[in-house]
Amino acid sequence: MSEGLSRTPLYDRHVALGARMVPFAGYEMPVQYPTGILTEHNWTRQHAGLFDVSHMGQCFIVGPDFETTAKAFENLVPADVLGLAPKQQRYSQLLTADGGILDDLMVARSAYPGCEGWLAVVVNASRKAVDYAHIAAHLPQGVTLKTEDASCLVALQGPEAEDVLARLNPAVREMRFMHYESLDFAGMTVHVTRSGYTGEDGFELSPCYDDAGKFWDLLLQDERVKPIGLGARDSLRLEAGLCLYGHDIDETTSPVEADLVWSIGKRRRSAGGFPGAARVQKELASGPTRKRVGIKPEGRAPAREGTVIQNMRGDVIGTITSGGFGPTVNGPVAMGYVAAAEAAPGTPVQLIVRDKALPASVVKLPFVPNRFKR
Amino acid sequence: MSVKFTEEHEWITVSGDVATVGITIHAAEQLGDVVFVDLPAIGKKVAKGKEAAVVESVKAASEVYAPIDGEIVDVNKTIADEPALVNKDPEGTAWFMKIRIANPSQLEGLMDKAAYDKFVGK
Repeated sequence: MSEGLSRTPLYDRHVALGARMVPFAGYEMPVQYPTGILTEHNWTRQHAGLFDVSHMGQCFIVGPDFETTAKAFENLVPADVLGLAPKQQRYSQLLTADGGILDDLMVARSAYPGCEGWLAVVVNASRKAVDYAHIAAHLPQGVTLKTEDASCLVALQGPEAEDVLARLNPAVREMRFMHYESLDFAGMTVHVTRSGYTGEDGFELSPCYDDAGKFWDLLLQDERVKPIGLGARDSLRLEAGLCLYGHDIDETTSPVEADLVWSIGKRRRSAGGFPGAARVQKELASGPTRKRVGIKPEGRAPAREGTVIQNMRGDVIGTITSGGFGPTVNGPVAMGYVAAAEAAPGTPVQLIVRDKALPASVVKLPFVPNRFKR
Repeated sequence: MSVKFTEEHEWITVSGDVATVGITIHAAEQLGDVVFVDLPAIGKKVAKGKEAAVVESVKAASEVYAPIDGEIVDVNKTIADEPALVNKDPEGTAWFMKIRIANPSQLEGLMDKAAYDKFVGK
């Protein structure tokens, strides 16, 4: 299984913890630890879950000053990058010329002395190669892409994450959602953002590659912290209504269809100047033809990705793009695209699962309220 | 008859002309937390090697195959109400279905416990 697959600096830790390792985006990653996905999911909602997300792509866009770099990056994404305050982070998407989504990402404005012209960007593992080629090809003279090939990124997520980290450095209490700091933990310098992908309050933490194991062990020493695999990461983000690239969003879906309009800067909606602006502006003005929505199946049967969605007359109106069992909801949860006319919350639909029509309805996302510390 | 096993990780015991079928401990471990079980209707005809039931974990759906030809005469409603029982006691109280055996000679090709343990690499 390991042929051609990369390993994160925490691979040996996962194996020692008894994780089941699976191939994911070119890496051998833990899908679950011995306690299993349900326990890991619930632990994260109640305490603090520690995730290895070192497979994700950490890179920097480097220019002479913030304005130059921000303007260069605004040519690739629809977010208001120029409007980022120092140490502020934002969610956005790399768009194609047709307004499809090449990848979704996090971008933060650096505040390090001497690095004021830097943006710190995190992209999906499965899209690293595509993204880096695309970004590098579209940056102007004087602005460059700096990638980190050997890096470590872990996420500490859940209601006790702040208390766990504050014991090591109380400065984390001053951070708000989507803020970026460089902090010291037991002598290790760690890049910290207050963000994540579980719907819970939490942090993403990037120590030096050589400190990865020591930092992981330090966090796991706290009894409130348990390691969490990709299986629970998926059920947590699905309940939180968050998109998974390659499933809920891809090069065919626009950010308007994907219900990500909130992430498009107000100035940029009218001014444009990003790839696919024509499509995005047209969809903002007259509405998209389809829309990403939450789908709540009645009963207990999960509806998986690829399940056909019909209206009550039996017409096909869309497809499930993520679906499974939500441990916190204690029932099946899903999201997918439906025709805009049938996208209002409360609309009854039916899902074709194993040749049977299961009753379901369109619901507002998220399934579990987000608990970000704003 | 003692318990027999299939390569698709079902177990089967026979009492008279009725076989009781479930999934093995190994299968339950591989699936992880079971959250949904779809059982066949009583009276349904099933065929050896064809889908008879579905078991879903948080991650994925998997088929449970009929180890023999026959007719469903009973299903375990307890596991439909409490799917987690499939993880707790897969080779005991969490049986899936009872099948009236159509062709007893099909039982002969099944593995015994020693052969199954070897098959899954224990």
